[in-house]
Amino acid sequence: MGYFLQNIVNALQWGSFYALVAIGYSMVYGVLMLFNFAHGDVFMVGAYIGFFTASGLMALAAMGSIAIPGWLILILTLIIAMFLNSFVGMAVERIGYRPLRDAPRASAAITGLMIGIILETGNLALLGAQRRAFPPLIPPTVYKVGGVYITNQKIVIIVVALALTLALHQFVQHTKWGMAMRAMAYDFLVVPLMGIPINTIAALTFALGSALAAAAGVLYGVAYPVLGPYMGIIIGWKAFVAAILGGRGSILGAASAGFLLGFIEIFVTMIFPSTMRDFIAYTIILLILTFLPNGFFGEPYSAKLRL
Amino acid sequence: MEATSSVPTKRNAFNAWLSKQWMPYRQVSLLGWLLGSLVAVLLETFIGTSLAWALGMSDVPALFGFVVMLKQPELLPSIILYLLLIYFIPIAIVVRLTKSIANKIAGLLFRYPLWITALFHIVLLYAVIDVWAVMNDYRVLLAKLMMIAIITTLSLNVVNGYMGEFSCSHPGFLAVGAYTASIIMVLFFVNDKVMGPALLPPALGPFFFPIVLILGGVVAAFSALIVAIPSFHTRGDYLAIISLAFMFIIKSLIENLQVFGGARGFMGQPNLASLPVVFVWTIIAIWTINNFVRSTLGKAMNAVRDDETAADAMTVNTRNTKMTAFLFAAFWAGIAGGLFAHVMRYVNPGSFGIKKLAEVLAMVYFGGLNSVVGSIVGAIGFNFLSEMLRPLEILKWVIIPVLLILVMIFRPTGLIAFKDFDPEELLRPKNQTEEEV
Repeated sequence: MGYFLQNIVNALQWGSFYALVAIGYSMVYGVLMLFNFAHGDVFMVGAYIGFFTASGLMALAAMGSIAIPGWLILILTLIIAMFLNSFVGMAVERIGYRPLRDAPRASAAITGLMIGIILETGNLALLGAQRRAFPPLIPPTVYKVGGVYITNQKIVIIVVALALTLALHQFVQHTKWGMAMRAMAYDFLVVPLMGIPINTIAALTFALGSALAAAAGVLYGVAYPVLGPYMGIIIGWKAFVAAILGGRGSILGAASAGFLLGFIEIFVTMIFPSTMRDFIAYTIILLILTFLPNGFFGEPYSAKLRL
Repeated sequence: MEATSSVPTKRNAFNAWLSKQWMPYRQVSLLGWLLGSLVAVLLETFIGTSLAWALGMSDVPALFGFVVMLKQPELLPSIILYLLLIYFIPIAIVVRLTKSIANKIAGLLFRYPLWITALFHIVLLYAVIDVWAVMNDYRVLLAKLMMIAIITTLSLNVVNGYMGEFSCSHPGFLAVGAYTASIIMVLFFVNDKVMGPALLPPALGPFFFPIVLILGGVVAAFSALIVAIPSFHTRGDYLAIISLAFMFIIKSLIENLQVFGGARGFMGQPNLASLPVVFVWTIIAIWTINNFVRSTLGKAMNAVRDDETAADAMTVNTRNTKMTAFLFAAFWAGIAGGLFAHVMRYVNPGSFGIKKLAEVLAMVYFGGLNSVVGSIVGAIGFNFLSEMLRPLEILKWVIIPVLLILVMIFRPTGLIAFKDFDPEELLRPKNQTEEEV
């Protein structure tokens, strides 16, 4: 039983990364009806920004010989990485997606894929192939609750992921900007006639998604302090599938699908050999999509592809 | 004032001179160009090495000097001289000299059924490729891989271009075809350490190879049903996700099948995919796929892409059309995979992942949607570029994506999109219009 509960905690942590990254895919897909294949690598860039920010802040603290507590550095790192990475997201939109607004949607998917490759290779060319170790910001403390070991890192990761998800949900549901985004998801053609600046909203969509990806990157660095240029591929493609599983444009759907994917993966590795993880996870996704074509929270729609 | 007005006239004069020089070449039929190329590659076979040596190069520039150009820029003048002496000038002279004869032969052949003249051209084309490639092993491998890329690109273009869906499952089909063909060949015709002695005499291998390849294609087509059945209930982006999941499932499945080597890969395929074999399969693929997309079913695919409801109203059976096209594409991808396995004589699941997907999609969208010529150009161009930029090492994967993004921004459907490929037009002698006028 303790083993089972322990795995639930692990799955919540592992699902947090998927959930945060999946939300970015889901928002772009919901608002613009486009696949943002660069998002996995935006997550990677976010993790690296977090790495440099955290290292820089720690060096600064050491230089001034002030004792800044680790949790403060973590909060600052999260905020700075999210802020900076939102510009990366906007750049992706500006370069790869805005010039192709009237082009076939698949072409925009290709530019996204190519920007992803550029980010990976650019990172490899600039920073080299050696992996970076994320600085340990909060020293791990283990709490034992009824046979389950919970580290403070896990608590931070799960709480931050849930808080960001809910905050974004509130933003989309209850602000004017959020309303504009939902309107764009509803009807792309009428929205500009209502005086809503689509380019700004599109940029905002990318910025918000990328900020969440940066948060996921920093949290990933806290949990697994090894960063590599291809880390985005591992998380990104699965999060993409989770985003679709959640339903088109649904933030809570994407987050819950991300957590579900985390649960599936952790429990598959609990029962089967870990090499079977991808096989079983994707088979379950395929089966779910076969019987629930619109995902968990998606509305049925018949989109005419602009191909 | 004078200076500004004189520049355009000078340019006009140059343009006029150029078009006058180019005029005779407009009337050269494909046969003439093939003859010229044959002479050029024969010339390279006989004097290429010594000429390259005389010009200060260590060996014949394998890829028209593009690779050497980036590695040793100081050799640029001798490369240009080499290209002029071996390729441009001989081709120009031969083409001009044989213009009337070639047109006469082409006209003579044109009176017979189309397949005879096509066969004649194909044999000549093969001769050119063979003589060119036989110079070194690198060229042979490159030619084979390019031809396989052509089959792969064409088959994906059927789905992504002609049918207008976005399928990501092609690496999966390639893997299924590659593993099916490899396993059958090794099981039956190779005395292998892992799979045991050959069940049939290995001498029969070459005769059964085409059948095994087709079997690989059929298995790939059957595996495509896993994607096709759930996704073609509805339209939309459904296929993209299901096909992506399918790709990962296949890759992960192979990694877990320890019988066939798992993640380490599977080797020992017999050396049967020689250049002529791959060439013949490529020609068959181009011919079949071109006929497929120009058939009624091909028009039905276009109708489904443009407006599914309208197509349905016009009695097009949309579901059947999509299923048939998808399975057809998967079949050819399977054959390409089988050929790939036998060219490399080693397959591993790692080569059928996201990277392969990006590569195949890049070839399709670079060349052009809805176009057979576009796919051929895309496959050859992409592979050429990829080989050419190899000396730049890691920067290669920055330059190629940047180029592709530029192509997408300025020509969102690819370089040669929405073009009908009519072999009859291609093979026609070019002097007829002149005679008529």
